[in-house]
Amino acid sequence: MTLIPDTLTPDALTPEAPETAPAPEVPGPASGAADPKVQLLLPEGWFPLCDLSALLPGRGVAALLPDGRQAALFRDRSGRLYAIDNRDPFTGAAVLSRGLTGADRGRPYVASPLLKQRFDLTSGQCLDDETVRVAAYEVRAQ
Amino acid sequence: MSTTALRDRPRPTIVLVGHGMVGQRFLEALAERGLTATHRVVVLCEEPRPAYDRVQLTSYFSGRTPDELSLTDAGFIAGHGIELHVGDPAVAVDRTARTVTARSGLTVGYDVLVLATGSYPFVPPVPGKDAEGCFVYRTIEDLLAIEAYAKAGARTGAVVGGGLLGLEAAGALKGLGLATHIVEFAPRLMPVQVDEGGGAALLRTIEEMGLTVHTGTGTQEITTGPGGAVTGMKLSDGSELAADMVVFSAGVRPRDQLARACGLTVGERGGIVVDAHCRTVADPRVFAIGECAQAVDGRVYGLVAPGYEQAETAAAAIADDEACALTFTGADLSTKLKLLGVDVASFGDAHGTAGDCLDVVYSDSRAGLYKKLVIGRDGTLRGGILVGDAEAYGTLRAFAGSVPPVAPESLVLPAGAGAPARLGPAALPDEAVICSCHNVTKGTVRGAVAEHGCTSVPEVKKCTKAGTGCGSCVKVLTQLVDAELAAGGIEVDQGLCGCFARTREELYEIVLALRIASYRELLDRYGREEARGGEGCEICKPAVASVIASLAPAIGADGYVLAGEQAALQDTNDHFLANLQKNGSYSVVPRIPGGEIAPEKLIVIGEIARDFGLYTKITGGQRIDMFGARVEQLPSIWARLVDAGFESGHAYGKSLRTVKSCVGQTWCRYGVQDSVRMAIDLELRYRGLRSPHKLKSAVSGCARECAEAQSKDFGVIATANGWNLYVGGNGGATPRHADLLAQDLSDAELVRLIDRFLMFYIRTADRLERTSVWLERLPGGLDHLRDVVVHDSLGICDELEALMAAHVSHYRDEWAQTVNDPEKLARFVSFVNAPDTPDPVVAFVPERDQMKPDLPLLSIGLPPRALAAAGAGTVGDGAAADVPEGSTPR
Repeated sequence: MTLIPDTLTPDALTPEAPETAPAPEVPGPASGAADPKVQLLLPEGWFPLCDLSALLPGRGVAALLPDGRQAALFRDRSGRLYAIDNRDPFTGAAVLSRGLTGADRGRPYVASPLLKQRFDLTSGQCLDDETVRVAAYEVRAQ
Repeated sequence: MSTTALRDRPRPTIVLVGHGMVGQRFLEALAERGLTATHRVVVLCEEPRPAYDRVQLTSYFSGRTPDELSLTDAGFIAGHGIELHVGDPAVAVDRTARTVTARSGLTVGYDVLVLATGSYPFVPPVPGKDAEGCFVYRTIEDLLAIEAYAKAGARTGAVVGGGLLGLEAAGALKGLGLATHIVEFAPRLMPVQVDEGGGAALLRTIEEMGLTVHTGTGTQEITTGPGGAVTGMKLSDGSELAADMVVFSAGVRPRDQLARACGLTVGERGGIVVDAHCRTVADPRVFAIGECAQAVDGRVYGLVAPGYEQAETAAAAIADDEACALTFTGADLSTKLKLLGVDVASFGDAHGTAGDCLDVVYSDSRAGLYKKLVIGRDGTLRGGILVGDAEAYGTLRAFAGSVPPVAPESLVLPAGAGAPARLGPAALPDEAVICSCHNVTKGTVRGAVAEHGCTSVPEVKKCTKAGTGCGSCVKVLTQLVDAELAAGGIEVDQGLCGCFARTREELYEIVLALRIASYRELLDRYGREEARGGEGCEICKPAVASVIASLAPAIGADGYVLAGEQAALQDTNDHFLANLQKNGSYSVVPRIPGGEIAPEKLIVIGEIARDFGLYTKITGGQRIDMFGARVEQLPSIWARLVDAGFESGHAYGKSLRTVKSCVGQTWCRYGVQDSVRMAIDLELRYRGLRSPHKLKSAVSGCARECAEAQSKDFGVIATANGWNLYVGGNGGATPRHADLLAQDLSDAELVRLIDRFLMFYIRTADRLERTSVWLERLPGGLDHLRDVVVHDSLGICDELEALMAAHVSHYRDEWAQTVNDPEKLARFVSFVNAPDTPDPVVAFVPERDQMKPDLPLLSIGLPPRALAAAGAGTVGDGAAADVPEGSTPR
């Protein structure tokens, strides 16, 4: 039987610790790197997560943050990036990254794979229940 | 005799004698008017069972059980406090004391008495008519007796009467495997409904089916053997006919003996004489409705629709509701029937008896078609007869009495023969009757849309009852409702979603015809203007992915659901080839074809479950589900399963799930076929087939039906001669018994028919529409489906079979493909930046020797409202997958 220890703080993060993250003011995308890194803006600064090529357009991935929280990262057809909290507030499961994406009058959203509520990818606002919202992050690739 | 004279009255008493179709309708009409609350209602019923659908009696022989024929349920009777006495017919009425006495001795006092005693079969007074082996065709008990006698060794049967009931009876005998003769005194079959030309077309078709028809001759004597049993009959033309049994269906007569005995007025040729309110002319407290009554126009109506109208009329009169006062002064005798598989319809003045009229006739003896319209001098459509193809019946009947806006011949000529005008219901006048069973006019239907806000056919059916009787008007009703909605400015957006204005069926045709293997290309070329170039949505992505996967071999696409762009379109279940559960873990279901598994494989499943700490449960589909796998465990679990010879069970897909089976002939003393082998063959043939929704199947080895095949999308039941195929069954929240599509099929015939059925379903169903719902929605229903997949009426069966053949030959196990593809395997991680770290929310606690999700952990830090709104739920195989997935507003 696999029982996961109580702690929500993982110890298997990527070597680039938040303190050493590149400064946010580094200019624009595609500055010559072969495969840009996807980075998330945390209070401590830009936190690198993965290669841009790891994101399939129209599909999400989950990333583990230093404080134990999880982010759901998405890339749309035109290359724009989005990041919101990965935890589905309706069920508690960390699954929003596994939902299907769409757009409602230009507003990009992800539909939870569990009970199908939709969340705005830019704001984290639930489109089917105005009282529910998940965290949204600034994200970039460079 | 015990006399319980119940006249103590808080409430007046209505006694109904007879619980047939009309009687039941009368009870419903009482309930609708609130009379069951204000009155005591007592029903005396001769038959041993409550009201059933006598019109559909013959369907008993195609598998419909007496229960399914029932028109009522205990809930209705009990819910309205109705006292129903079955098997206890009324034997006497005392109009002075106002009591009715039943055979059991029960005596009930009445304030209002309603006679709905129906009719009895007419048996010509010929010698031998009561011999052993002579039957009538009227009740379920008659049918059971006929079936028992036929199965006890009869080989030849003769039916006396070539009318409507006679042909029904002949169909039943033929269905029981008897060589069947029909003897009709008139010069043609169905003399009341059709003319000479129609009778000729009918005769040819029926003779082609192998029945022998003798017209223009009467029955003179039933001959019997030494033991007194039937041996045949002598006909009035001098010929003799050998037969082991005889069924009399030579018409019916009103059952008015009870009325005669108590002094009520009875017509010259029978029938209790009533006024326009269905009240007997002799006694204002007594009513008569249905086939026992002679209406105010002097006629006795033997059809159910006028009977229903009389039931409503009598109930309205008893309610004394002046606002809703009804009268019955006569009825249209229009009928549409399917006899022995042949459409026969007649409407209006079909024989031109009013005179001064012209006929328009189309006749094609080769195809067994005969269509005649009777037109008045002024162009008014008076009536008509349709044999072989009654498609236009609904429209034509509604136009009867008016001048149709197009040339009448264009309404009966076949499509492609000059003028295939399809006359829409828009041209009908408001008084035109759309549903003759419930007498619903076009105006009423329009009102349901315009005033009652109905926006769909099911809503209109519920509001007006239109289309809930024989169902022959549903097509016209649908056209009318759609036209009304459009006219009312209510947009009927048939589009798949906000991205596509086309239906799934249209997209299927586009993908197939243009060989479009890319979702993006389809969206950019055929999406709504505003959606082109966009992201698409969670509704159309998996729907289109499914269409492309279904058609993959035919359009040159990769059938692998994780190939290229396809991977981004799949629901999470298809994306990880497993079933997402409520805590973010997945369940794993390897295929166990037919539910048959060798001990070695059982041990492998046990070992894997033990080694990965999985919870195991036996599924309803005869296989084993392993729960609690984290996404990063799926590849190693499947590496071991594939290694042991397992393959994907597609429990996660909108595709074939399982084909259940009983052990069948091999082990079971009752089995008549090898159901396990057939189940395995079918499961292996259709595995991996992507479809609009999941598909479940089962094969039973005998009629005891232990595999519950009749609750499946396609179910197979063994017979002594082969297999019966049932389609459109469902369990779950809205159970539906499957319909019998074809009987006594060989192995090859069975497989070919299922190939066609499944591909036709995949082609025409809406997204997430199970076969049960699809079949209910399909215009023309089961008959149409049978026409298409059995008789190839659309000429598409070759194509359907070719598509299935391509699927079968291109099938590859998608888990075997995935475990050998490092790039795909790289996606099976909880965290993109920490591939070796498990999701900490996926945690378990012990329960009953296994484990379960740690639910308190899931709810930590959640807003309470969101939790309450979500309730409990899982996504994946089993009942929860039936939760509507399109709950997001479009």
